[in-house]
Amino acid sequence: MITTVVTSALMLFGASFMFLAALGVLRLPDIYIRMHAATKSGTLGVSGMILASAVHFGELGVTTRAVLIVVFLYLTAPVAAHFIGRAAYQTGAPMWDRSVVDELRGRYNAKGALDSAPETSGVSSGSEGGDSSS
Amino acid sequence: MLPIVVNVVLGMLGLALVLTCIRLLRGPSMADRVVALDLISTLAVGMICVYAISTDQDVYLRDAIVLAVIAFLGTTAFANYLGKGGQP
Repeated sequence: MITTVVTSALMLFGASFMFLAALGVLRLPDIYIRMHAATKSGTLGVSGMILASAVHFGELGVTTRAVLIVVFLYLTAPVAAHFIGRAAYQTGAPMWDRSVVDELRGRYNAKGALDSAPETSGVSSGSEGGDSSS
Repeated sequence: MLPIVVNVVLGMLGLALVLTCIRLLRGPSMADRVVALDLISTLAVGMICVYAISTDQDVYLRDAIVLAVIAFLGTTAFANYLGKGGQP
């Protein structure tokens, strides 16, 4: 009985977080903000699902496998998000028009590699008008 | 109690899948589509876990492991290809 309750609670927790992740991916304004929803909230939601299955089966092998999946997801989700964000910046995905700061502006050369630019080049403290990286 | 919760959770995940597919279809840049595909594979891992619970078969969790690994590899390869702009 208590196992059923805990399993249901964990599944509902995970499903609500994954639904919020999908809603954020649909509704948020630009890609750098959308990645927050897709990676953080999605990873938390799927870890809730996997822990729910671990509680439901309650065997040593299943629990070990579930912990393995959770650790793997927590290790790889930030790496994948970092790769996608860097690729999006290199291909010039536009930022939200109300973004305030772009610390990487002018530090990528034409071939997409990170220059050793001077320290003060990047920060363009924005007024209301904002600016979109080209 | 558990079948009702499983149906509710599958409904929520299906709705999330539809929302993500809308972003996948109309995403303005290529990186948006990669983000949407990454989230779709994460949703698929969650659905596999719910299905394993609803059928009492724990072998489906191995599919979840394999899908997580392949999704990470695919996202990494796609981002690498995208960042270099098609140049080797």
